[in-house]
Amino acid sequence: MATKHQKTLARFMVAPSVLLLLGWMIVPLAITLWFSFQSYNLLSPGMERFIGLTNYKYFLSDPAFWQAMANTLMIVGGVLAITVIGGVVLALLLDQPIRGQGIVRILMIAPFFIMPTVSALVWKNMFMNPVNGLFAWLAKAVGAQPIDFLAQYPLMSIILIVAWQWLPFATLILLTALQSLDSEQMEAAEMDGAGAWAKFTHLVLPHLSRAITVVILIETIFLLSVFAEILVTTNGGPGYASTNLTYLVYSQALLQYDVGGASAGGIVAVILANIVAIFLMRMIGKTLE
Amino acid sequence: MARRVSNRRRWFFTILAWGVALAIFFPILWTILTSFKSEADAIASPPKFLFFDWTTENYAEVQERSPYLRHFLNSVIISVGSTLLGLLIAIPSAWSMAFQPGKRTKDLLMWMLSTKMMPAAGVLIPMYLLFRSWGLLDTRLGITVVLMLINLPIIIWMLYTYFREIPSEILEAARMDGASLKNEIVHVLTPMAVPGIASTLLLNVILAWNEAFWTLNLTTSKAAPLTTFIASYSSPEGLFYAKLSAASTMAIAPILILGWFSQKQLVRGLTFGAVK
Amino acid sequence: MGSITLKQVRKAFGEVEVIPGVDLDINDGEFVVFVGPSGCGKSTLLRLIAGLEDVSSGTILIDGQDMTEAAPVKRKLAMVFQSYALYPHMSVRKNIAFPLKMAGMPADEQARRVGHAAGILNLTDYLDRKPGQLSGGQRQRVAIGRAIVREPVAFLFDEPLSNLDAALRVNMRVEISELHKKLATTMIYVTHDQVEAMTMADKIVVLRAGRVEQVGSPLDLYRRPANRFVAGFIGSPNMNFLEGEAAAKLNAHAIGVRPEHFQLSTTDGMLAGTVGVAEHLGSDTFLHVTLDGGTHVVARASGEFPVDHGDRIWLTPAEGRIYRFDQQGLAL
Repeated sequence: MATKHQKTLARFMVAPSVLLLLGWMIVPLAITLWFSFQSYNLLSPGMERFIGLTNYKYFLSDPAFWQAMANTLMIVGGVLAITVIGGVVLALLLDQPIRGQGIVRILMIAPFFIMPTVSALVWKNMFMNPVNGLFAWLAKAVGAQPIDFLAQYPLMSIILIVAWQWLPFATLILLTALQSLDSEQMEAAEMDGAGAWAKFTHLVLPHLSRAITVVILIETIFLLSVFAEILVTTNGGPGYASTNLTYLVYSQALLQYDVGGASAGGIVAVILANIVAIFLMRMIGKTLE
Repeated sequence: MARRVSNRRRWFFTILAWGVALAIFFPILWTILTSFKSEADAIASPPKFLFFDWTTENYAEVQERSPYLRHFLNSVIISVGSTLLGLLIAIPSAWSMAFQPGKRTKDLLMWMLSTKMMPAAGVLIPMYLLFRSWGLLDTRLGITVVLMLINLPIIIWMLYTYFREIPSEILEAARMDGASLKNEIVHVLTPMAVPGIASTLLLNVILAWNEAFWTLNLTTSKAAPLTTFIASYSSPEGLFYAKLSAASTMAIAPILILGWFSQKQLVRGLTFGAVK
Repeated sequence: MGSITLKQVRKAFGEVEVIPGVDLDINDGEFVVFVGPSGCGKSTLLRLIAGLEDVSSGTILIDGQDMTEAAPVKRKLAMVFQSYALYPHMSVRKNIAFPLKMAGMPADEQARRVGHAAGILNLTDYLDRKPGQLSGGQRQRVAIGRAIVREPVAFLFDEPLSNLDAALRVNMRVEISELHKKLATTMIYVTHDQVEAMTMADKIVVLRAGRVEQVGSPLDLYRRPANRFVAGFIGSPNMNFLEGEAAAKLNAHAIGVRPEHFQLSTTDGMLAGTVGVAEHLGSDTFLHVTLDGGTHVVARASGEFPVDHGDRIWLTPAEGRIYRFDQQGLAL
């Protein structure tokens, strides 16, 4: 509610952001789309020509694509499951009367500040390395065979590394939400004879639903394009076992120099992301009213 | 009201929480410890936790190998620069959306967020080529602008959720008091939103500091921030754990310290409107 | 100077017409109260006058000048908001000085005016506090202070007392009335509380669904309500309405009697009934009576009136104090 004058001003002030984001989205996307119809390889310059949908045909029929797609969803889904469930549990734990809560929180939040390249390197070498890693030593200490995580369970290892980075984020948001829960409501439920589990499912969880939605939204945005962790640890391998779409496009373009094919892949990734986005936005739009 | 808590319950949760927190923090602690070991101690089996010969020579060697200070400065300039630039553009937009919402405001906001979902890989090649032809490859300006654009939707969303908590009557009062739009934003809205703006600033500096797709692909040396600096350790040299740890510690220490010091502001703001 | 004239002022939000067209004259120095139930458009009307909303059509004249399109500040009006809308990050001094600063007034003149306003409002000791450190009544006074330093042509109050507790509300009511006497500036005051309207106003404007139902002095409205709505809204407790036989005897669709205009008797009278709840306040007694026809009425007796739940009682309306209404609710 306001005057026309105000409304006009508002449109005017929102314009720079809209134009910038529109430009940021459309210009490179248009170029990518253009390349995706071209035979364009950096190794054979000057040979560019229009080849229609051939790039798409190759890209979509490449088994690597389907695996990358499955991996992308696995990473998003796996990390979300771990961080949301873990986040709820940790938030509940931190909400208890604890001595030294400040320090506990500082320790828990720390992984969120760590750059992905560093955390991937540290996990890869100092923990998951089958010879010198701490996990290998632990395995040997109990008399088991050390596991070569990144070779045997590459995708799961990456999910673990990424989940470690995002767990604090989920925990913090959920903790803040938890602390805003009306204590009178909880006391009323206690008076009504609700047990701990009933209180959790009927009061706490519904109260957290909004926060959980936000966590899912924000994390999905970042998880769809996990890159550095893969680049540093497995390079997408072995084979394509830990290649996601982002990494596949990257390797097609900058490792195989196939700009046309990579562009087609990029467009496919954009379409996939948009499907996820529409789905998510629907869900969020409803919750965030 | 303080609820009565039995001592046993308190100790149980205290020990549990400390255990979990230490487990989560352990990789970082281990990295910092290892950075002070000799290479031999770093891979000793069984591992040495505290009783080893503490040394700082790894830091010296890392510094010798690549100019840490330059990467550090690049990181600071890029992350702070992109965030400030983003705030400058986002504050008026967030003001519009929070106080003059139209029917489409929500859609607009969601659209902005969805641009963040666009996989960077999809536009990497054109961005690379555009940057090459504009001479922006490996420049601080180029990467700063890109990171600003990447984080702009998040900045706008965060500000929007803070601004919406400010009663519009106060802005109307300012209007009645004769404040122009500029004065309304500068003298009333911004000071009232300082906590929110601060936490937006912090979060986005952290996100920009740690961004590792565009920084890895669009910078090589001159403008390379710490993400690129550390990526060079992913080669087999990374097997030198002590040096790797020293480099890692140097890369994460600034933001870790900043994050810890500003933890309160950050946490308070880190709700994205999730808490009504 | 501060006369305000509305000519066919209309406001619609999209399809919804909130104010279908209001004509109103407010004279210089008058204390005018807009009163009506929530959602009647009184706040919207105030915001239209303030310039915080555009009118859809019609004209707003301030001191004879067309201000329909003017920005809020050009209208030289000051507003006190329901939430007070103080700037939480500024001290009381800065809050009050803010409009002066925006007008580019020299610092010494600002200080003089702030000091003067603070003196009038008993805020001198609090000038360096932040709004968060003040009580509700003090905040209210700061909001008024911010309004008076500008020396506006008129003050607009949007339900300014609704956030205060009952005792404070009575005090502030008196203070605002005194302020009006002191400043003799036009004031427009919006409230849903008819007691505030009756006690403060020179002129009351009763609104319903965006329409002006009646304009007049408090006692005008009390004595000669134009219709059943105004009759029911003004006066506390509300007027009792009787339909059917009792009304038909007086050639009306409905008749109205105020609680204070019943003569009560435990032996005989015009209307017989049974006492439900009896509220003994000492100074007055309020009786909730169910008449034999089933109609529920409230009657007031001065002083103590010794009846209890279940007692029989007879009510007789005082001579010349019966209001008659037709089918449409208009007064006959």
